[in-house]
Amino acid sequence: MSKSFDVVVIGAGPAGYVAAIRCAQLGLSTACIDNFVSRDGLPSLGGTCLNVGCIPSKALLESSELYVSAKHDFAGHGLVVGQLSFDVAKMQARKDKIVATLTGGIESLFKSNKITNLPGHGKLLGAGRVLHTSADGGPAEEIAAKHVILAPGSRPVDIGPAPVDGDLVVDSTGALEFKAPPKRLAIIGAGVIGLELGSVWGRLGSEVVILEAQSEFLAFCDNDISRQALKSFTKQGLDIRLGCRLTGIKKTKRTVTVSYTDGEGVPQELVADKLIVAVGRRPNTDGLAAPEAQLALDDKGYVDIDEHCRTNLPNIYAIGDVVRGPMLAHKGSEEGVAVAERIAGLSSHVNYNLIPYVIYTQPEIAWVGKSEAGLKAAGIEYKSGSFPYAASGRALAMGQTEGIVKMLVDAKTDRILGVHIFGHAASELVAEVVVAMEFGASSEDIARTIHAHPTLSETIHEAALAVDKRAIHIRNR
Amino acid sequence: MSIEVKVPKLPESVEDATIAAWHKRVGDKVRRNENLVDLETDKVVLEVPAPADGYIAEINFKVGDVVKSDALLAVLSDQVVVSAAAPATPKPVTASPQQAAMPEKSAVVVNLDQARSAERASAKEVLAPSVRRLVDEYKLDPGQIPSSGKDGRLTKADVLAYQDQQNQLKNAGQPHPTVAIPVSKPEIVATPVPTPESVTKVAAHSGRTEQRVPMTRLRARIAERLVMAQQTAAMLTTFNEVNLAEVNALRYRYKDKFEKDHGTRLGYMSFYVKACVEALKRFPVVNASVDGNDIVYHGYFDIGIAVAAPRGLVVPILRDADQLGFAQIEKGIRDFSEKAKNGNLSMEDLTGGTFSITNGGVFGSLLSTPILNPPQSAILGMHSIQDRPIVVDGQIVIRPMMNLALTYDHRVIDGKDAVQFLVAVKELLEDPARLLLQV
Repeated sequence: MSKSFDVVVIGAGPAGYVAAIRCAQLGLSTACIDNFVSRDGLPSLGGTCLNVGCIPSKALLESSELYVSAKHDFAGHGLVVGQLSFDVAKMQARKDKIVATLTGGIESLFKSNKITNLPGHGKLLGAGRVLHTSADGGPAEEIAAKHVILAPGSRPVDIGPAPVDGDLVVDSTGALEFKAPPKRLAIIGAGVIGLELGSVWGRLGSEVVILEAQSEFLAFCDNDISRQALKSFTKQGLDIRLGCRLTGIKKTKRTVTVSYTDGEGVPQELVADKLIVAVGRRPNTDGLAAPEAQLALDDKGYVDIDEHCRTNLPNIYAIGDVVRGPMLAHKGSEEGVAVAERIAGLSSHVNYNLIPYVIYTQPEIAWVGKSEAGLKAAGIEYKSGSFPYAASGRALAMGQTEGIVKMLVDAKTDRILGVHIFGHAASELVAEVVVAMEFGASSEDIARTIHAHPTLSETIHEAALAVDKRAIHIRNR
Repeated sequence: MSIEVKVPKLPESVEDATIAAWHKRVGDKVRRNENLVDLETDKVVLEVPAPADGYIAEINFKVGDVVKSDALLAVLSDQVVVSAAAPATPKPVTASPQQAAMPEKSAVVVNLDQARSAERASAKEVLAPSVRRLVDEYKLDPGQIPSSGKDGRLTKADVLAYQDQQNQLKNAGQPHPTVAIPVSKPEIVATPVPTPESVTKVAAHSGRTEQRVPMTRLRARIAERLVMAQQTAAMLTTFNEVNLAEVNALRYRYKDKFEKDHGTRLGYMSFYVKACVEALKRFPVVNASVDGNDIVYHGYFDIGIAVAAPRGLVVPILRDADQLGFAQIEKGIRDFSEKAKNGNLSMEDLTGGTFSITNGGVFGSLLSTPILNPPQSAILGMHSIQDRPIVVDGQIVIRPMMNLALTYDHRVIDGKDAVQFLVAVKELLEDPARLLLQV
C-alpha cells in the first residue's frame, strides 16, 4: 500500500513544519518526514530550532540571566537574597520541559491539521517520489508526492583541527547539555551561537575565552552596535580574542589545550575544560536526494533554487537552512508559507530585505535593513538618528540602561533604510520597525505615531525624532 | 477677481533675476505680505511678497527661469483654486456630484464647499502620518499623487517627489496632469546660470562618488569679478606688521564703559577703519579708482568691510566712514554681519566703496594677499593677532603682532605711496593717540 500525498515535506523544523501546516490549511494532503531523535531516542518534531537550537538556548539564557540579575542587581532594588546558588540539573530539566512542550505542541498541531507524521529519514528519489525509511526500523517505503518541499535544515560545521568528540570538544548541541558550567570554557567562533553559549556559561561561573578568526567583531552588524557590544560583553567577563586562528588541539583525559595564532600571528595556547566549536553551520544535503534524482546544488553546497524556492526538478521546492540566505528560523518559516501558497495556486513572496536579525545576549542586539557601512558602500546618502537607553524612563526604572537605538533613513525621502538596536528587549522592539519598513515608512511616520509611555518602544520613537534633530529627551547634535 | 504678481523693478545695474525658489504652489492659500518667491540677482536675493490675501491661480515661471523687471510671475485669485481632476485618476474618489472630473483644461476656480468635500473624500483612505502632514500643509489632493507604496499606498517619498515635480512643471494656466509621472526630475530648461537644484551625482568607476554642483548666481558673479580684477589691474601686495599692544591696552581699559555708553562692544575693526581713513587722507591716491583712462579721486571715504555670508563673500559699504565715531563703526559692521547672515543686505549696501578692508584673521589667517574689489585701487588685509617676540629698545619682548597686507593697483598707486600708506596705518595703530591728534 503506497502512500500518496499532494505535498510531502522533508524536515519538521521551523521551515518544514510551518510549510506543512500551511499546506494543510490550504486544503492540500500533506505528510511530513523528520529524522530528529532526542536524547532519549524518541522522534521529536521541531528540528534544530525547537530541540537543540533557538528554544533550549533561550531557556538557558533566561535562567542564567536571572541568576546574574539576582547576584548583581537585586541588592540595588533593596532585595536581600542571602546565599545565592544555582542547580544546573534543574535548569536543564526546565529547559527540557519547555522543549518537550513545544515539540509536543507541533505534534498536536500536525494531528489537528491532519498532517501525516512520518518519523524517519526521507530521501528524494526523483520528481514526485520520496523514499521514507521509518525510525522504527521497518522496510523503506516509496511515497508518491505531487509536490515535495525539502527542508532538512543544517548542521554545525566540523573543523579539521578540532573534531567534535561530544565530551571535551562539543558543538552547540553538546554545549546546551553541560551538567555543570565548565571551569574554563574555550569557544571557537564569536558569532551569534558562540556569544549566546558563552554568555550562558559565563554567567554561571565559567571563565570564557572566545577565539574569533575575523579581526572585526560582529562584522555583519552596524559598527556602532558592534563596538558597544564588544565593550559590554568584555565587561561581562567574556574574553573575546579577535584575529585568532585555530591551529590544533591536544586532549588529555579532562582538559583540552587549544593552539592558535593570535591577531599578530604569534602562536598561543590556552587550556580549557571544554571546547565549543561554533564556527557556523552547513546545509544538510547528505543523503537528501538519491544521485539519480540529480538535485542541483549551488557552488556553496546549498540546494540551488530560484527566487520562488523552486529547485531544478519540477514541483520540488527547497526552503530553510538548506538553501541560500540567512540561517534564521523565521526566514525558513516564511519561505515555507510562500511555497505552500504557491503550490496552492496563490501568489506569495518573501521579502528578504526586511528580515530582522537578533542576537540573544544581554543586552540583546537586533537589526533590520542596512547598516551605515552598507549605505556608504552603496553610495546612498543617508541621515541618522540615535537615542540611548540611558535616556529612557522605562529603561531606568527597569535598571536596563545599557544600549542604543540607531535609525538610518534616506537623506532625500526620509524613508527608513535600517534600524539597529543594542539593548534590553531589542528582539521585541525591532518588530515595530520591520512593519513600518514593509510599508515604506519614513522616520516621520514613526515620529508621528504615538508610543505608549513609559515603554522601551519610546526609544524607537525618539530615535526617529533624532533623525530630524527633534528628539525631545536628549540634546540634539 | 484676480491680482497680478510681477517682478519688482530691478535696480539699474541689475539686468535680470533668476527664480531661486517658489514658496507656494498653485492652489495654495496666501496672506498679504507672505513671501511667494525668491529672485536671485548678482548681488542679493529678493523676496516677492503677496500683494493681497488670496489663492494662487497661476504660476508662470519655474525655478531656474530668468525674468526681467515687471514680468508677470503669478496670478492670485480671491477664490479657492482647485486643480481639475483629469478623467483617469488612479484612485476612485467618492465625492459630491459637482466635484466629478471636469473636462476643461484650464485651472478651475470653484467655491469653498466643493474643495472641502474633495478633501473629505480623499481622507477616506488611510494616510501615513507623514503623508497626512504633507497633504495638510501643502493643500495637496492625495488622489492626484502617484503612489509607490504597498497596495498603492502613498509614502512620504511619493509626496516629496510629487512636490518636486510640480515645482518643475511649467504652469501657464494649465492644471497639473494626474497621470503617473516617473519620479525622475524632468529636464532643466537651459538658462545662463543653472540652479542649485540640478545637483548630479556621478559615480566614478572605482566606486568613489563625485558631486557636480552648478555655481549659484552669486558665486558665479563673485568668480567673474575676481578674475576680472586680476586681469585688469596690475595687482601686487606690500606687507608690514603692526604691534597692537597699545590698541589692546585702550580696549581693555575702556571696554566696559564703551559698551555701557554705546551699547556695542569695542572691537578692533573701528580702530582699523579709523586708521585707514586717516591714512587715506594723507595718501588720497589710495582712495582713488580707475575709470577708463582717468583716475578718479573720491572726496569721500566709503569703506567696504568684507563679510562672509552663507551664500558667499559680500562687501557691504560703510558710507562716509570719516564722519563716523568708533561706536558707529562697530555698530554698522555688526549690522552688516547680521544682515549678511540673514540674507538681508540691500543692493545699496553693496554698491560703491572707495577702499576695502578684509579680515582673514578671524578665521586664523596669518598672512595673505587679498584681491582688489574693482573699481577700487586698494584693499587692506588684516590677519590673526599672535603674541610674538620682537625687539624694542634692544630688548626682546613679547607683543601682540599682526601682519598687514595691502594689495594695490600699480596702474594708479606707486610702490612708494603704497608702502608709506601702510606704514602710516601701522604707526597710527601702534600709537592710537596719533589718531586723535591726527599726526
